[in-house]
Amino acid sequence: MELGPIWRALIRNKSSYILIALQIAATMALMVNAVSIIQERTRMMSRSSGTDEANIFQIYSMSFDPAQDYQAMVAADLDAIRGFPGVANAVVTNSLPLRQGGWSQDLKTEPGTDNEGSGVAIYFVDEHGVDTFGLNLVAGRNFEVTDVSWFDPDAGPRWPGLVIITEAMATELFPDARPADTVGKTAYIDNDIPVTIIGVLEKMQAPWKDWAGVERSMLVPMKRGDGFARYVIRAEPGYRDELIPQIEQMLAERDTGRVVDGAATMTEIRANAYLEDSAMIKLLVFIVSLLTAITSLGIVGLASFSVARRTKQIGTRRALGAPKAAILRYFMLENFLISSVGVVSGAVIAVGLNMWMVQRFNLTPISWYIIPVAMIALWLVGQCAVYGPARRASLVSPAIATRSV
Amino acid sequence: MFRYYLKLGLLSLRRNPILSGLMVVAIATGIGACMTIVNIDYVMSGNPIPHRSELLYYVQLDNWDPNEAARGVNDPPPQVTYIDGTALIAAKNARRQVLSYPTTRIIQPEEDGQLPFLVDSRSTTADFFPMFDTPFLYGSGWDSTADDNHEYAVVINKEINERLFAGQDSVGRLILMNGDRYRISGVLDTWEPTPKFYDVNNRAFGKAEEVYFPFSVSIDKELTSEGNTNCWKAPAGNGFESFLTSECVWMQLWVELHNAGERQEYMAFLDAYVESQKLLGRFPRPVNNRLNDVMDWMQHEEVVEDDVQVLLGLAVLFLVVCLLNTIGLLLAKIMRRSGDISLRRALGASRKAIFSQYIVEAGIIGLAGGVLGIAMTWLGLQGIRGLYGDFDFITRLVTMDWVMIFVAIGLAILSALGAALYPTWRACGIQPASQLSTL
Repeated sequence: MELGPIWRALIRNKSSYILIALQIAATMALMVNAVSIIQERTRMMSRSSGTDEANIFQIYSMSFDPAQDYQAMVAADLDAIRGFPGVANAVVTNSLPLRQGGWSQDLKTEPGTDNEGSGVAIYFVDEHGVDTFGLNLVAGRNFEVTDVSWFDPDAGPRWPGLVIITEAMATELFPDARPADTVGKTAYIDNDIPVTIIGVLEKMQAPWKDWAGVERSMLVPMKRGDGFARYVIRAEPGYRDELIPQIEQMLAERDTGRVVDGAATMTEIRANAYLEDSAMIKLLVFIVSLLTAITSLGIVGLASFSVARRTKQIGTRRALGAPKAAILRYFMLENFLISSVGVVSGAVIAVGLNMWMVQRFNLTPISWYIIPVAMIALWLVGQCAVYGPARRASLVSPAIATRSV
Repeated sequence: MFRYYLKLGLLSLRRNPILSGLMVVAIATGIGACMTIVNIDYVMSGNPIPHRSELLYYVQLDNWDPNEAARGVNDPPPQVTYIDGTALIAAKNARRQVLSYPTTRIIQPEEDGQLPFLVDSRSTTADFFPMFDTPFLYGSGWDSTADDNHEYAVVINKEINERLFAGQDSVGRLILMNGDRYRISGVLDTWEPTPKFYDVNNRAFGKAEEVYFPFSVSIDKELTSEGNTNCWKAPAGNGFESFLTSECVWMQLWVELHNAGERQEYMAFLDAYVESQKLLGRFPRPVNNRLNDVMDWMQHEEVVEDDVQVLLGLAVLFLVVCLLNTIGLLLAKIMRRSGDISLRRALGASRKAIFSQYIVEAGIIGLAGGVLGIAMTWLGLQGIRGLYGDFDFITRLVTMDWVMIFVAIGLAILSALGAALYPTWRACGIQPASQLSTL
C-alpha cells in the first residue's frame, strides 16, 4: 500500500532516520543482554537451599578462657537451647548453606591418589542435624547418638565411618545408580579412608552459592572445633525473632569465658549471599527502563520535527482529499519501518555482544525467545511514542497548504 | 561574533525548551551512567600502594598435586605452606620479607563495665609495617627480635585505641587478649588499602585488620587461618603439629626487591630452594615459582569483579544510545532550519560562519549535559551505595577523586563535541539556493 512512498521518503532524508534506527538497535542490544543477565540471576536466587529457611538462625560462641572445658560447655549449651521454649531443635555445626565459607573435600569411589574425586561440602553435625536444618531424608537412616563423636586431635579417627549425602552427590559418585540405591555403598575421603553412605537427602546446598557443585553436600556425625562453636537453631514457626536476643543473653550468662556473637537469621544470610546479584538486578532494571524512556523520548522528538517540517505537505495531502486516518497511518508506518531496521540490526548486535560476554565472563547464552519478545516490545514502544506527534499531524488543517511561509 | 552566536544559540534552544531539555538530560544520563561504573572500576583496579608497588613481590611456589594444577592450566596455589613460608623468611634473601595470615582474637578490656569483644587480627612478622608503609599515629611496629623471642607485642588500629584508651597515646600499655597480656608497640592511623592487596584471597575489598601481633606467638597459640586453607593431600596426623608440616597452603608471603637484578637473584634462590625440597620428596610438580609485583598480582587474581566489567560494557553502550539520541535530535532540528541556513548562505555567509553558529548552539547543549552528567555521576554513586546497604567496602568504592572528576569533564566535552559535530557539519553542507525555491 503506502510502504513504497514512505520508504522512498525515508531514503531521501536518511541520516536522522539512520540515527534513530541505530539508537533503537543499541537499545535492543543492551535490553536483550540485560534481561538475559536478570533472568540468570533471578534463577540463581530462586534456588532453594533445602533447609527450613524461615525458622533457622545461627549464633556463635567464641571462648577466650583457656581454663574452660569446651566440650562440656557445648553439651550444656545444646541442652539449654533445646529445652528453651519456642526452640524446635538445635545443633552445633561448622557452617550452613549460603554462608559463603565452609569446608569441602574430595570423595572418591575407589581408594588411591591417582584417580579423580568429586568435591563435596562437609557439614559436621550430630543426630539433631537433619531435623534442625529441616532436611528431607529420602532414603536410609539418620545418625544415632552412638554414631556421633568428638574430634580428637591426639588420637582416634579423623573421619567417622558413616555419612549422609545429598541426591546430587549420590548421582555424582554413582551416575548409574538411583540416589536411593547408594545407601550402603562406600566412598573414600582423604584418598583412602572409607566412609559408608547411610542416608540420602533430597537437597541441601553447599555454603558457596557460585560453586558449580553447590548441590553436593555431606553430613558427618562429628563435633569439632576448639573454642569456636556455631549453633544453628530452628525455632517453632513465629518464634524466631523473639528467640534470638533471649538465646544470646542466655548463652552469655551461662558462661562468661566467651563472647556470644554473630546472630543471623537464614533470611539475612541469604540476603547477604545474594547481595551483589540483587543489586545487579536492580541496576539493570533501572538502566533498561531509563534507556527505553530516553529512546522513546528520542522517537517523540524526531517525529515532532518531522511533522513540523512537513506541515505544508500534510496540509496539501489533506486538501487533496486524504482522510485524517491516512496521515496518522503514514507516520505510524514510517516509525514501524525505522523500528524494523533498528530491531533487526539490534538482534544481530545483541547476539554478537552476548557471544563476547559469554566467552569473556562465563555468562549464560541468551534464550532465543528474548529476542522476538524484545523486538515486539520495541516496536510497541516506537508506535506508542510516535502516536502523539502522528495524531497532531493528522489534525493539520487542509487550509495550511494554501498559506505561504 | 561569539557572543552573538551564543545569544542566537540560547534563543534557538529556548524556542524548544522541552526538546533542548531532553537533549541535555540524555547526554547527562549517559555520562552519569558511564562515569558511575568507570569510577567503581577505577577504584577497584586502583593502585593501593603507588610508591612501593613495584618493589613488593608476591611469592608463589608450586607444591601441588602431581596430577592436577592448583588452579587453571598450570597456576601454582595462591598461598604458601607453613614449612616453605617460614623457611624462606628465615633465609632473609630479600631486603625485607613478610609472612602473615588472618586470625580472630578476643580483647578483654580491663576497665570495668566494658565487655570482651571480637576483633579481626593478623598474625604477621615484623616487616609488615615498614614494607607496606603503614601510617602510625603513635609508636611503630615491633622489631624482628620480638618475632624471634616470641614476644607478646601488638599493634592496634585507631578505632581500637579510641575504644580502649579514648584515643590517647597507648604505646607501652598492656591489653588482654584471649587470656594473655600483649604490650602495645604502636597505634595505626587510618589505613584502608583498596583493594586490600596484601591478602586478596580473603576478601579483596575487606577492611584492614584491627589488631596485629607476632606470627611466632600465633603459631605457639596453635591458631589456624580465618581465611582460606587449601590442601591437596591430608596432613599425616590429626594435631596442629601435623598441620604445620602438611602441604596445606594458608599464608601469604611478600618480599621486597629493588631492581631486576635482585628479582632475578631471588628467583634463582627460590628455584634452588624448591630443588632442595624435591630431594626430600616434596614438590612433585616441575619447578614453577612465581614472583608478581603488586599490580601484576591484582591483575592475576582478577580483583575487579566480573559484574563491574559487564556493567562497564553496558554503560558504554548506554552512553552511545544517549549520544545517538542527541545527535538525531540536533540533526533534525538543524535540518528543519535548512531554509534559514540556505538564505544566510545565499546572502553571503561563509561555511565557517554557519559552522561557528551551530557549533556554539550544539556546544551549549553538550556542555550543559556534561555539567549535569557529573552531578548525575554523584547521584549514581549514591544510588549504588544505597543498593549495597551500609557495607563498609562500598563506601570506599563510591568515592570520587580528582582524577575521576577530570575524566568526567573530559568525557563530557568529548561527548558534547561528538554530538555536535555531525549535525553542524551537515548544516554547513546545505547549498545556498537549495531551499529557497520551496519558499
